[in-house]
Amino acid sequence: MSKATLNLDGMTVEFQPGQTILEVARSHGIFTIPTLCFLKDTTATGSCRMCMVEVEKARTLLPACATVAAPGMAIKTESPRIDVARKMVLELVLSSGNHNCLVCEANGECELQALAYRYQVPTPSFANPPDTKYYYESDNSMIVRDFSKCIMCGRCVRGCNERQVNQAISIGYRGSHNKIVAKADNPYINSDCVFCGECVQSCPVGALLDKNSMHQGRSWERHQVRTTCPYCGVGCQIDLHVKGGHIVKAMGAHALPNEGRLCVKGRFGMGFVQHPDRLKTPLLRKKKGGELEEATWDEALDFVAARLKEVKEKHGPEKIGGWCSARATNEEDYLMQKLMRAVIGTNHVDHCARL
Amino acid sequence: MAGLAASFGSGAMTNSIGELENTDCILVIGSNTNENHPVIAARIKRAARLKNKDLIVIDPRKQDLVKFSRLWLRQVPGTDIALVNAMMQVIIAEKLYDEAYVTERTENFEALKETVAKYTPEYAEKITGVPAAQIIEAARIYAKAKAGSIVYCMGITQHTVGTDNVKTLANLAMLCGNVGIEGGGVNPLRGQNNVQGACDMGGLPNVFSGYQAVTDPANREKMAKAWGVENLPDWVGMTMTDMLPAISKGGIKALYIMGENPALTDPDADHAIKAMQQLELLVVQDIFLTETGKLADVVLPASSFAEKDGTFSNTERRVSRVRQAIHPVGQSRPDWQIVCEISNRLGYPMNYANPEAIFEEIRLVTPSYAGISYKRLESGGLQWPCPNEEHPGTVYLHKDWFAKGKGTFFAIDHKDPAEMPDAEYPLYLTTGRLLYQYHSGTMSRRAVGLTEKAPECLVELSPEDAAKYGVASGDQLRVRTRRGQITAKAHISHKAVAGTIFIPFHFAEASANKLTNAALDPVSKIPEYKVCAVQIEKA
Ligand code: SF4
Ligand code: SF4
Ligand code: SF4
Ligand code: SF4
Ligand code: FES
Repeated sequence: MSKATLNLDGMTVEFQPGQTILEVARSHGIFTIPTLCFLKDTTATGSCRMCMVEVEKARTLLPACATVAAPGMAIKTESPRIDVARKMVLELVLSSGNHNCLVCEANGECELQALAYRYQVPTPSFANPPDTKYYYESDNSMIVRDFSKCIMCGRCVRGCNERQVNQAISIGYRGSHNKIVAKADNPYINSDCVFCGECVQSCPVGALLDKNSMHQGRSWERHQVRTTCPYCGVGCQIDLHVKGGHIVKAMGAHALPNEGRLCVKGRFGMGFVQHPDRLKTPLLRKKKGGELEEATWDEALDFVAARLKEVKEKHGPEKIGGWCSARATNEEDYLMQKLMRAVIGTNHVDHCARL
Repeated sequence: MAGLAASFGSGAMTNSIGELENTDCILVIGSNTNENHPVIAARIKRAARLKNKDLIVIDPRKQDLVKFSRLWLRQVPGTDIALVNAMMQVIIAEKLYDEAYVTERTENFEALKETVAKYTPEYAEKITGVPAAQIIEAARIYAKAKAGSIVYCMGITQHTVGTDNVKTLANLAMLCGNVGIEGGGVNPLRGQNNVQGACDMGGLPNVFSGYQAVTDPANREKMAKAWGVENLPDWVGMTMTDMLPAISKGGIKALYIMGENPALTDPDADHAIKAMQQLELLVVQDIFLTETGKLADVVLPASSFAEKDGTFSNTERRVSRVRQAIHPVGQSRPDWQIVCEISNRLGYPMNYANPEAIFEEIRLVTPSYAGISYKRLESGGLQWPCPNEEHPGTVYLHKDWFAKGKGTFFAIDHKDPAEMPDAEYPLYLTTGRLLYQYHSGTMSRRAVGLTEKAPECLVELSPEDAAKYGVASGDQLRVRTRRGQITAKAHISHKAVAGTIFIPFHFAEASANKLTNAALDPVSKIPEYKVCAVQIEKA
């Protein structure tokens, strides 16, 4: 059976039945079709009309993200007619909110800003007046909602309902008053929201923000480190955003097993790392019954080694136990059991797998 | 995890997280997945809600997954074996089991058949409180699914019959030919992030890394050679739940504890504290001064995961990189460096340039990790077994044959929990985790947002029990068991079933483990955190 083919910007390409035009284009290395409302692994709603392409014989332009490819289609992803349509979408979107990139958190990582730049669309003169009131929510310690930037793309809703299936938010007030709402238009903190932060990560603009990262520097001042979540056994892959030696925020990495998802602990639970309570020096109790006092590393390590030797000589290695940790790395747990078995001579090695 | 090892030859999660979206039926038992493993729950909910797969939830609590389920069985705590035996009775009686699979790949089926025969749904209903018709329906849904996945967690293992619970689930999966196939399996979800890795690395009393038994002379010889020592101890050590009680009998004189907090997490925590005070030497290495650290002779400040390189192994056997993002806080040092320093001072030099050098040694002595390297991990995690550099890693275990050859059915009868409610302590207590907190709370309670959502210990009880005891949400409750008491706020919730209260164990000031029963499963040595008898009164 010959594979289905279509014509994409003059090339004949194969595709799988059911793929959308956007998917076909991306699978053949064309990443230049702009999108706003499209969110991977969720239902394509085709609502923003940013991804319009020309399909021969079609009367109107069609949204690439929501149009299923058909054999024999001839598709253009760029043309003057398409440019006009995309610019119009951008003008409309920009005019419906209050977009001042100078002070916006998303500056530099905003998809709308990037597209405005690509199509050279300035903030339109018919935009809402600067004193227009928009919904702003900052009454919890994790997520800020600034709807002066919201473009009603619906990605947050689909991220919440389809990627995490938390069903906490929806599009409320149909018509021109529509707005993203959590449970009867309550603030997140009084709703079914479980603060997984998927909506924040899904938002293409600066309408949903990680509160802890606000005013902590621009995206280009940070570097990202891919690592593994320190909380539960799912082992989600995290990109830590770091600036000047500080963890600014955590984003879900698009890798297995989580494919971008995180839960509240991985997303908003990094505060412990640089918490003032962290132990900063060794502590030593020189006499039984005495107080724990600060000590140097050499004092503490010499003490541990000397006392371990003493107990081993006096009572034998089988009176000594060493505990590995379900939070240490593999390398560290390996060394701990090696220390106990090879150096001390005991198999009293365990960790809290059972708890 | 001893149960799975006995049944299949490996104690690890058989299948992968991603497969949960592509299975036909998911049976969740003893796992509050939505709170404890939220990102796995997302997969399960996607399967149920968006992909029309059948979800069966077996849980006394009306946990969050229930609203996504096709069927919810609400059993009396501690009666899982009776329930699953009855499902198997139905499956065998109705000939819904995979006969070819049972004949070719398993052993001891006749014994299973004989034992479960008496667990008719009507008989099991009397023990479990689950209507017979629901047991039959669950049995049929699971048995008829092409691929069915069983997901469980501490709600199965933290019982005196925990090992038997696990074997019973393994029985059910094998009976329906669901092990060794994509989307199938028996899948224990590991609680803490590197529990799997700590086990893989030999952080257990009976094995070196890669589950190589210390009692096998060939293994000892191999490891002694690799480590350059004359000989290695040939006896099986004590588990931590045995080490603590051994202290007062003089069996343990010194403990070196890396990153654990038994003063809070141990069942019967008061006893654990008293025991540790009797040690000649207690060394605690942690990132915070924990309740256990306060008892120590020496506290060594360790660096957190963000300050070091290394690897973690997740619940689906995936080895992923940990990468240093910031400098060590204060004078803290990564645990591996501290262990090396101590070893050097004991006259055994450990001179590793970096964690990668340690990992190279791990590969050399651990067959299941042999093919994994930091270089390969640059492009993403790898699932063990991964025996050589060309091997792509193993997505699901026991394909074609079990790790131990044939899978073994175990014929197991129901046993009551070690402590049952009585006139004096009339309610069941079960303990567990909350979404917003983690383990002993040392990390999560220092994150502002998490504490905002879950600031304090709450006693969850059903509206029925609240009415019976005249309690309103927010009232202070005194909760007492034979071992101790705590005071905490009442929280009336429809998640709770009448006769059972639930307390999370993250909060030192109201430590649920002052209440729980230290009775252990005889094989796994896991304490019975999930059931004990309790009384409540307004404080
Ligand atoms: S949301 Fe984007 S376009 Fe709007 S102000 Fe912020 S950066 Fe600019
Ligand atoms: S934080 Fe998570 S649960 Fe809350 S609204 Fe956003 S996606 Fe939904
Ligand atoms: S909040 Fe963000 S993701 Fe949600 S609709 Fe508005 S712009 Fe889109
Ligand atoms: S982000 Fe949540 S689900 Fe993922 S590993 Fe961390 S704690 Fe577990
Ligand atoms: S991205 Fe296609 S319509 Fe919005």
